[in-house]
Amino acid sequence: MTELLRADALSRTFKLPRASLRSERSVRRALIDMNLSVNEGDRLGIVGESGSGKTTLARLLLGLDVPTSGAVSFLGDTLPLSDMRQFRRQIQVVFQDPRSSLNPRMSVEDIILEPLECLAVEEPHAARIDEVLASVGLSGDMRTRYPHELSGGQRQRVAIARALAPRPRLLIADEPVSALDVLVRDEILALLADLTANLGLTLILISHDLSVIARLCDDVVVMQHGVAVERGKTVDVFRAPSHPFTKTLIASVPRLPELS
Amino acid sequence: MTLLQVRNLTIRFGQKLVVDDVSFDLDAGQRLGIIGESGSGKTLTSLAIIGLLPDAAAVAGSVVFDGVEILNKSDGELSSLRGNRIGMVFQEPLTALNPLMRVGKQIAQPLRIHRGMRMKAALARAIELCARVGLPDPERLVRSYPHQLSGGQRQRIGLAISLACNPSLLIADEPTTALDVTVQQEVLKLINELVREEGSALMFVSHDLPVVSSMTERVAVMRSGTMVELATVGELFSGARHEYSQKLVQAARRSDDDFVRVSRGGRA
Repeated sequence: MTELLRADALSRTFKLPRASLRSERSVRRALIDMNLSVNEGDRLGIVGESGSGKTTLARLLLGLDVPTSGAVSFLGDTLPLSDMRQFRRQIQVVFQDPRSSLNPRMSVEDIILEPLECLAVEEPHAARIDEVLASVGLSGDMRTRYPHELSGGQRQRVAIARALAPRPRLLIADEPVSALDVLVRDEILALLADLTANLGLTLILISHDLSVIARLCDDVVVMQHGVAVERGKTVDVFRAPSHPFTKTLIASVPRLPELS
Repeated sequence: MTLLQVRNLTIRFGQKLVVDDVSFDLDAGQRLGIIGESGSGKTLTSLAIIGLLPDAAAVAGSVVFDGVEILNKSDGELSSLRGNRIGMVFQEPLTALNPLMRVGKQIAQPLRIHRGMRMKAALARAIELCARVGLPDPERLVRSYPHQLSGGQRQRIGLAISLACNPSLLIADEPTTALDVTVQQEVLKLINELVREEGSALMFVSHDLPVVSSMTERVAVMRSGTMVELATVGELFSGARHEYSQKLVQAARRSDDDFVRVSRGGRA
């Protein structure tokens, strides 16, 4: 198995604003000594509460932010690569809220075209747009629509189509269904499951929702206050959590009433 | 005894019908969940009951609270009910609280207005209320501003404010949606206890079926402005009548099953 992406002792600290004129600026350690290895075909879940460092980790893995210490490497080469374009073609991202991640002034077609042009993808662009639209279950007449004309689920499909356009090997999805209604959430999860199965796509899925992780991920990392407190096969971690935080997290999942 | 009677409630914004002919009853001490997706009219329904609809809304129908018609009452008349007989907890405590006022004073406010308490007595009561909603070190905490508190603490303050005057009805509109799951669990438990001890009726608005079904006996399912089904939690899960409710139950069941299968050791 090829190791696609790797993080070694990755840390990121942020300077906080001064609390008063004379005080020193304090720092927030958002991510502390994170190690991660993602192989081709993995479906890795990263779960934690707000402020646990999930999104900071995602940004570092995507090369959108620079670590305070430690390194991210892609296929053995440490970021930043000399050819970041090549890197971005292979790693793509879907964000939480498509209303803010899609440019409201661009049509669906232009949105999906953008990575193809920016990343200088060789294949014919028009054909590729049709292809990805079909693979996320959108019809061709969506091409000329604008984000505000779409429903929440359709918008997230467009965001996924845009991510898939340059044929990435790894998709990072940061809370891809949290902004969606319950029924739509179900559809998007099914789509992500299909895509990873059919395209052999490697997936890093960030979520606070354990049932989402349970549905889509074979492995899981549990984060708390910037530290990976537990990791392992999703089944093992969910069945027999060892860290107290993981136990609390699992016990807090809202359950359906037992039917007699 | 019927505490709240909603009949043919219809809300329009211009031509747009956002709540269409909604009717339900709530007895004293009873609990009702309202579930629906964004835009289903669940929040507008709850705002109509407390008279907080925006001016642009045209309302028809009738909302009778404890024998008194609420719709088309002036703000002045309604303010004797709000925060007094009817308490409300909102989704995002950071926007619901006043950022410029210490939280103790915010809890004291309804007590001063509705109970005519002096500031000193009201603040003392605020400290008791903070302890009641499970906040640590209440004497110090009442002196803090909302931004100094965590999300869960803020929501507890919101609860303390809404329960300060022992309301007969507590309306909770997505009270835990902005919170982390572990905190959500604590806040739900707290609402459960407080409502039981106070004997208040509860209207719990949420998009989350598992959460609603753990909080209330009856659930009203709303979709694009209409109430498509009103049933007990048991009825809903054993045989929802409306197609949309069935889908909601299926989706909740699927995600519950995913979780159960994996946590009992099946394949992911």
